[in-house]
Amino acid sequence: MTETFQVPALLPALPEIVLVIGAMLLLMVGAFRGERAASGIDSTAILLLVITGLIVVWLPGDKLVTFGGSFVVDGFGRFLKLLALVGSATAILMSLTFFAAEKKQKFEYSILILLSTAGMMMLISAADLIALYLGLELMSLALYVVAAIDRDSVRSTEAGLKYFVLGALSSGMLLYGASLIYGFTGTVSFAGIAKAATHASLGLVFGLVFLFAGFCFKISAVPFHMWTPDVYEGAPTPITAFFAAAPKVAGIAIFVRTTMMAFPGILTQWQQIVVFVAIVSMALGAFAAIGQRNIKRLMAYSSIGHMGFALVGLAAGTAEGVQGVLVYMAIYLTMTLGTFACILSMRRDGYMVESISDLAGLARTKPTMAFFLAMLLFSLAGIPPLAGFFAKFYVFLAAIKAGLFALAVIGVVTSVVGAYYYLAIVKTMYFDEPAKGFEPMAPELRAVLAVTGLFNLLFFIYPGPLIEAANAAAKSLF
Amino acid sequence: MMSWPILSVTTFLPLVGALFIMMMRSDGDAEQRNVRWIALWTTLITFAISLIMVYRFDPGSAEFQFVEKKPWLGGTINYHMGVDGISLPFVILTTALMPVCIIASWLPIRTRIKEYMTAFLVLETLMVGTFASLDLVVFYLFFEGGLIPMFLIIGVWGGPRRVYASFKFFLYTLLGSVLMLLAIMAMYWEAGTTEIPVLLHHGFPRGMQTWVWLAFFASFAVKLPMWPVHTWLPDAHVEAPTAGSVILAAILLKMGGYGFLRFSLPMFPAASHDLAPLVFGLSVVAVVYTSLVALVQEDMKKLIAYSSVAHMGFVTMGIFAATTQGVAGGIFQMISHGVVSAALFLCVGVVYDRMHTREIAAYGGLVNRMPLYAAAFMVFTLANVGLPGTSGFIGELLALIGTFKVNNWVATIATLGTILSAAYALWLYRKAVLGALVKPSLAAIKDLDYREIITLGPLVALTILLGVFPKPVLDFSAASVAQLLDSYHHALDAAKSAALLVP
Repeated sequence: MTETFQVPALLPALPEIVLVIGAMLLLMVGAFRGERAASGIDSTAILLLVITGLIVVWLPGDKLVTFGGSFVVDGFGRFLKLLALVGSATAILMSLTFFAAEKKQKFEYSILILLSTAGMMMLISAADLIALYLGLELMSLALYVVAAIDRDSVRSTEAGLKYFVLGALSSGMLLYGASLIYGFTGTVSFAGIAKAATHASLGLVFGLVFLFAGFCFKISAVPFHMWTPDVYEGAPTPITAFFAAAPKVAGIAIFVRTTMMAFPGILTQWQQIVVFVAIVSMALGAFAAIGQRNIKRLMAYSSIGHMGFALVGLAAGTAEGVQGVLVYMAIYLTMTLGTFACILSMRRDGYMVESISDLAGLARTKPTMAFFLAMLLFSLAGIPPLAGFFAKFYVFLAAIKAGLFALAVIGVVTSVVGAYYYLAIVKTMYFDEPAKGFEPMAPELRAVLAVTGLFNLLFFIYPGPLIEAANAAAKSLF
Repeated sequence: MMSWPILSVTTFLPLVGALFIMMMRSDGDAEQRNVRWIALWTTLITFAISLIMVYRFDPGSAEFQFVEKKPWLGGTINYHMGVDGISLPFVILTTALMPVCIIASWLPIRTRIKEYMTAFLVLETLMVGTFASLDLVVFYLFFEGGLIPMFLIIGVWGGPRRVYASFKFFLYTLLGSVLMLLAIMAMYWEAGTTEIPVLLHHGFPRGMQTWVWLAFFASFAVKLPMWPVHTWLPDAHVEAPTAGSVILAAILLKMGGYGFLRFSLPMFPAASHDLAPLVFGLSVVAVVYTSLVALVQEDMKKLIAYSSVAHMGFVTMGIFAATTQGVAGGIFQMISHGVVSAALFLCVGVVYDRMHTREIAAYGGLVNRMPLYAAAFMVFTLANVGLPGTSGFIGELLALIGTFKVNNWVATIATLGTILSAAYALWLYRKAVLGALVKPSLAAIKDLDYREIITLGPLVALTILLGVFPKPVLDFSAASVAQLLDSYHHALDAAKSAALLVP
């Protein structure tokens, strides 16, 4: 061995390092001080996520590569890391009152979210298959535990167990795919795979399919979506809000990065898989949600559908497509967090209620909340001039340019079907006779709802910055 | 030349009023009165500003005027506004009818008045924006955005089957429009821009034109509505509150016709020419069939809704005849129908407010107790029939003349259809207004009050004025129509000579 070991440059990974060390320190505090420290740890965790975000923004240079090329920081990564951090920080923020009111404060909760966020950031920056797997497992293991954090609740433990078993299966498939890809290309680095994978050999396509199966599980795309409704319904609501936001961002990020960086040579091969997954996800998300009575289950199907729409941008396989995906994820994040801020406020007589009919007549009992929720739902349905329209606009714009007309037509038609169940909630809130009112909204939920609601409502006035940022981020991949 | 962006002010002033109202309290009677007055003043000022626009407008020019352009969606999609002789009349129609709607809702709407007025003002912004936008994406934003307030207006303040009607309205229109959105995207990649003035002269490839035309047709045919995708309209009309029906019939339907004129005809001339027989066929069916359907209706609003579909048949016929008279007739018919159908729905609203039923059979002999009402109703009924001397006559006549030049069979059948329209309109009038007043429930019914005279009076005047002196409206759009048809026939000739060159 002639090479001497050199310490790799650590600066590019500084946000992750800060986040992990911070999480460890908080874990120590929690271990020694017990549950009394829970609320302090929660707020410190939010602060830590904000600091990490600032470091992500501050990191100099256009593109930083370290750890022998397996870790890359580029515009694409920064954009999505910020989204994931916003999602995680908001999830912790929204859980404060919930766990206090339920008397289920556990200091591990926010530490697990921090660790899972570190996994997401690793995943977003991964540039080879090993780093990908490391990030994915760090994220997922924390998520399994967090899903089951309400130890005494049967539903929560069931959700955690279900998520774990299926998640382990999908990780296995992903690993199997990764090993096939390694076997047929002789390398694990995305750049190396891209060089080797110029034509589609059977083994490579096999590996690709298994790899994609793992990704589809993480972003809950059909046909690997089965866990979603049960986990969403069973997990405590703030955790559902977390699941619907940040991990989806990370999952989409690695999906996009892998396909764009490692497999540009066999675009026609993976394109048809992505097109298929997008179509069935959009269709299932639209049709299966219609019959739901529980709003958390409904949001699960809604998120399946939304992942389908985001994949429409990926299916295009172009810079415009990636831009569309980024815009989509940014807007999806705000819509989801805002909607969950409302779901978390559905508390009556000291208990959480979760059925859609509980929202009856909300427009009269709580007009402001009803207004913002209605706007978020119209935004989720993609009705202009709300932000959700622009999200769909950019992914379909890319699909049309790539000539995927059938995909685009099926996509917009399912968006009309999907509009039905969002309208049904608006109908419940505005047309029906009022049910008993909810308890007052917690201040932090109010803040989240106001910020996300106004963002979606007023996005059309000044959409330039987000579109431009997504454009720049997408270009950094090509 | 101009110091302030008059078009944007007209568009967004109602939105400012809506924001004002949203921030107000609406608990007591005094607050509710304030809400009404603010809404009324907002619409009146908007109307006044749009009249300034008429004053400054140069009807001799076919170019877009009052143009504003600001960077918006990064890159090539801009906030681009402007009006020409085709769109300005619709802007005026919108701003003119809004105060009428507000006054018409003054007393009948008693619940959630704040939300109601907000929805109407937001809707006004979206409607004016639809007619005034010069960028396809901006147009789509306004066009589709109108669904949200209208959905709420029908659903919250509507009749017993309002949920069904509002969902049907929303989903039907949305389904048509999303296909148009995809077509807009395809046009963007083909032409590199979504600016309407550029696209008007772009000349899309022949094969693409057909598909894009069909996608636009899906949207506008539902909006207009054309047979057989008209079924949402009777439901929406019957369930909507009076002012909602007025806006629906007078303005929202016109967006479809406007779309055909602004996009389908000039941007895809070859496809318009090829597919004109389809439009003619559907239009004739609309004129004859929906008139027959109107004959058997028992609900007043439903009858007028079907008659709207029939009248829109003349509009599509005229537009796709692509002759000067046809297009001018189409525009005039839309304006005239905007006034007349609005007035007819207001007339139904007058008796509905008193009796709380729209069954034709529940009325009869109203002329005995309500002479003023009977007179106003008669003017509008005759205008609906297309009697010479009313505005309805001019539009139908021009549209039929224009169509006759192109296809005399279509024109002949459609002319026969006008007889049917006379049948159902006069039948309605005879049943509801004429005859002896025998029903005891009607014995104490009161004639129009001041508020109703204020709403119906101007519309009576306008109907007769436009009928005897249609020149201002026709002159207004003449230059733009001439240019539109000029470039249309030019493009067709070019395509024809190109086809001849190919052996």
